[in-house]
Amino acid sequence: MPKIKLPTKSPHIDMTPMVDLFSVVLTFLMLTATMRQTEPAIVDTPFSISEKPTPNFNTMTLLLSKDDRVFLNFDNGSDTTFKFRPKILAEMGKRYNIEFTEAEYKEFEKYPSSMGVPIMKMKDFLATKDLKERATLETGIPIDSTDNQLADWILYTRQVNPNVQACIKGDSKTSYPLVKKVLDIMQDKNVKQFNLITNLDAVKINLAEIQK
Amino acid sequence: MAEIIQEEKAGGKKKAKKHAPHIDMTPMVDLMCLLITFFMLTTAFSKPKIMEIVLPEKQTDPNAEPPKIPGSRTLNIVLGPDNKIYWYPGVVKPEDYNNLPPLFETDFSPLGIRKMLLERNRALFKKIDDFNNQVLTGKLVISQDSVKGSIRQLKKDDDTGPIVLIKAYKKANYGNVVDIFDEMNICGVAHYMLVDITWYEEKMVETAAGIAPTPTTAKK
Repeated sequence: MPKIKLPTKSPHIDMTPMVDLFSVVLTFLMLTATMRQTEPAIVDTPFSISEKPTPNFNTMTLLLSKDDRVFLNFDNGSDTTFKFRPKILAEMGKRYNIEFTEAEYKEFEKYPSSMGVPIMKMKDFLATKDLKERATLETGIPIDSTDNQLADWILYTRQVNPNVQACIKGDSKTSYPLVKKVLDIMQDKNVKQFNLITNLDAVKINLAEIQK
Repeated sequence: MAEIIQEEKAGGKKKAKKHAPHIDMTPMVDLMCLLITFFMLTTAFSKPKIMEIVLPEKQTDPNAEPPKIPGSRTLNIVLGPDNKIYWYPGVVKPEDYNNLPPLFETDFSPLGIRKMLLERNRALFKKIDDFNNQVLTGKLVISQDSVKGSIRQLKKDDDTGPIVLIKAYKKANYGNVVDIFDEMNICGVAHYMLVDITWYEEKMVETAAGIAPTPTTAKK
């Protein structure tokens, strides 16, 4: 009986096609990459059929989390020289008698995500780099009628950047009274047009089916 | 420079290699795998979409008359607790609080609220649908911009469809509000707005849902 001959040395696999494929995928991903923004609170946005994409600039986004906290985010404007964020913070500082340093303005300008910090804690928030410490400071922007900081933020954002569009990003489980309160504050400040941020969900309806 | 010359000299003695040298590509593949994984996890592929809504002007004058709308076309939708929807047609006056009309209960499924809305909005929906079909089949040549404008005009001229007043009970959530706006867009309802719930409507929902009445918040 002839013995089956086993190859003595390990076979060489030609990895060139694999490397080629990987390079293509990698190039594609690198070119299309728009970094996902991390939000301080996890928000599951509801679905809608709307196909309009979110604008890149001139937005202020109100983030309403499940546990009834309100966060606010706004951008620096379409040009880096506008520097809207530090200007808005300066206005807020003037209103609440808080002096911010140059470094704090820089830090605020660069901060990429939504903030939910009462203005009195803003200095501590900007000073720390520790994520856990930051999370404990994020108790949401106060919206009570006695201490309505959100209204001031909205007012100064619109003063500094008149073209700003209001966006609301809410979790589907956010309770309606909070939404109502925020909408009321916006209405008080004469913001009447909103963009609700949603995920796309295609729906097709058949007229004949309904007429049955 | 000197080295290269030296090598040439040495190369003369060496036997020329028969096949190309094998480069071990494993580390490169490893690195690429890592990078691909990183980019795949951090990339946001689909940008979130936005849905535009416009709120009515805030009433500053308490004595101002609310805008008159025909009661026969009015449709009230109240978002209730536990993703339920209640609706009733027509207008209820605060004086009739002893004799409140019954609420119809429905849900967010296609056979629930959507069917109800489409039945009431059939004329307008059919008009929009026909128009879209004409554009798609090429019977009507029109630019993409004017398609949207024409649909808006169709909605504006509509005088048969319902005027929907959306109200939310305090136990409703944000998802319900977005869903109902979405339903309005799907069904092509021309006139709809988000308004405050009245105390007698809160009472109606509480009776219908069988929950204990709570102190009303929207008393006038």
